[in-house]
Amino acid sequence: MSERVGRLDRRELLLGLAGAGALGVLGAAGRAFGADKLIVGVIYVGPRDDYGYNQAQAQAAAALKKMPGVSVVEQEKVPETTDVQKTMGSMIEQDGATLLFPTSFGYFDPHILRMAEKYPKVRFAHCGGLWTEGKHPKNVGSYFGYIDECEYLSGIVAGHTTKTKKLGFIAAKPIPQVLRNINAFTMGARTADPKITTQLIVTGDWSLPVKEAEAANSLIDQGADVITCHVDSPKVVVETAERRGIYVCGYHADQSALAPKGYLTGAEWSWTTPYTTHVKDAMAGKPMTNFMRGGLKDGFVKTGAYGRAVADHAKKSADVVKAQMMKGDFVIFKGPLKDNTGATIVAAGAAHKQTDVVLEQMNYLVEGVIGKV
Amino acid sequence: MSSARSELATRAADRSGQWRHAAEALVIPVGALAAAMIVFGIFMAALGQNPLEIYSLIYKGAFASAFSWQNTLSRAAPLILTALCVALPAQAGLMVIGGEGAVVLGGLAAAIVGHLLGGAAPAGVKVAMTFGGMLVGGLWIALAGALRQYRGVNETISSLLLTYVAVALFNHFVEGPLRDPSSLNKPSTASIGGANMIGNLPGLDVHWGLAFGVVFCLAMYVLVRYTTYGFSLRIVGGNPRAARLAGLPVGALVLTACLLGGAAAGLAGAVEVAAVHGTANASLIAGYGYAGIVVAFIARQNPIAIVPVAVLVGGLSASGGMLQRRLDLPDATVLVLQGIAFMLILGSEALYGRLKPFRAETA
Repeated sequence: MSERVGRLDRRELLLGLAGAGALGVLGAAGRAFGADKLIVGVIYVGPRDDYGYNQAQAQAAAALKKMPGVSVVEQEKVPETTDVQKTMGSMIEQDGATLLFPTSFGYFDPHILRMAEKYPKVRFAHCGGLWTEGKHPKNVGSYFGYIDECEYLSGIVAGHTTKTKKLGFIAAKPIPQVLRNINAFTMGARTADPKITTQLIVTGDWSLPVKEAEAANSLIDQGADVITCHVDSPKVVVETAERRGIYVCGYHADQSALAPKGYLTGAEWSWTTPYTTHVKDAMAGKPMTNFMRGGLKDGFVKTGAYGRAVADHAKKSADVVKAQMMKGDFVIFKGPLKDNTGATIVAAGAAHKQTDVVLEQMNYLVEGVIGKV
Repeated sequence: MSSARSELATRAADRSGQWRHAAEALVIPVGALAAAMIVFGIFMAALGQNPLEIYSLIYKGAFASAFSWQNTLSRAAPLILTALCVALPAQAGLMVIGGEGAVVLGGLAAAIVGHLLGGAAPAGVKVAMTFGGMLVGGLWIALAGALRQYRGVNETISSLLLTYVAVALFNHFVEGPLRDPSSLNKPSTASIGGANMIGNLPGLDVHWGLAFGVVFCLAMYVLVRYTTYGFSLRIVGGNPRAARLAGLPVGALVLTACLLGGAAAGLAGAVEVAAVHGTANASLIAGYGYAGIVVAFIARQNPIAIVPVAVLVGGLSASGGMLQRRLDLPDATVLVLQGIAFMLILGSEALYGRLKPFRAETA
């Protein structure tokens, strides 16, 4: 629907091009593209159909296209260089966009901050959670989700499924966001059996398909029978697990189609919630929500449907915890909690709720993870 | 009298020969480019797109307004410098494709220098950062040159493999010893500080890298064409054994050509840090070094031709966004055009000296 309208506009634009001089065209283009519509620009660092980070964002963009009065322009594979500044500029100057979703974490500083200063009337919604009151402009907002909740639930399912008691985790970089997922996954698994361990392999970058496949094979050779990952596209990890006949938990988006036999469940983003909030605010002219966070109960993240390999008792154990999370009274990181060197991280009786900023500086691996930060 | 007349005639013939050369060097690549546009148009038509609409969007995205020009030039700026990293060693007959390594290490060097000199006078810091980047980038490519000159290691392979080493070193330092502890989820070195940023060209939203690149290209063109150094370099490129027999210092020539090329790529990295990011982090590994290879080859390793070619490639990349946003075409669309253009321009090399209008009359 919205696409058809977009195409009509393009035709008008071409007519305009024939008539107007080359310089006048650009101004006209911005107007012609959607005179009374909110034009939203979405920028991806990788391909939109990567079965991962970018696809999760693109799904929300697709949901926006169905909203009345909204028109969406998208650009993929934009590196975190001045290219993304120019891409944001093009969307604003050439397409008339007034709300942008530059989705990659690395777009924020300096790129979004510079453009936000240059275009104070345009809203920039960034995925990642870096916005700080008083330090960053008001036309910038960040949204992020507590996906470690889903990782914890994946861990419970993995823990009840594993026979070798060895799990595998393939991670891009040992940064707080990633460590939090590794830890939550391991803690969930160890509720099923405290003997369970998670072998960690860090590949070093967000998108290294060959290394990810090697890591998956190596984990499987070491006896892991459930693996998961935190990289931009879990595609090769999921496919490798399926080919080798073991189980796998997904990440970012739904990968169940890639592993019909071995897919257990997954930790998935549900970005439609923050996207639609930002769009509605922009359309109503309300000030931007600068800091937007949420977990399962807020609809920012979701768990993948259980695969056919998941046993009933595994589903039941995970569903009990999920119900508590939906009520908002489940705390993942609570004492007594030890790291994998034996040092106490959280004392008995203490607890870090999801909103606790201490969790965003995580620099340890919990007991049960084999690996080093 | 008659001898003077014949000399005049030879000179005139020489001059017309030069013109013919220049015209040939212009007509062949432009013709190849036009052919590429036509082939691309047929390809797009086969996919159900209107080629004229595509051409108009490419023009609009890349060159139709002040904004699109700045978009194009800011994408071209790093490519000019990294293309030099291929074109300069090529004068001495070396095929270096590891400019990416010089870019990231040059950037890292600039970030370290900028941070260490943090409190000093900004003008001095800026100069130190650019030279630091150039020095490290230059030494890195000179390493590939030395391996070839003194150990017989193929420089194409070694420079490519050295890139992986450079990226690994870069990541090690950025995520390890040099990491700013406050850069939580995006490991980066400590900031060089706002005062030390070199920023944009006055009145433009294009950073200083563009000016550096153009000046570097001009200087290298003069060096290669109009100095004895450049002449010796080209002799080495033509036939290293003949050059050695003629008593030219082949080793020194090869190494300096690599040093200069690497310095250009290192400068590209330093500019990324000093004009864009303010720190060294993984965003620096953006493939500029590889994109420069294409530019250098299309420019036929001519330093002065690098500038327009880089602008063209930058323009295509700028308009690629336009095609994605307006027509929902994939990002690869512009890569297809680039690939077709690259193949046709390389293929057109075979035409030099074979087209009748440009052939010198052999009297």
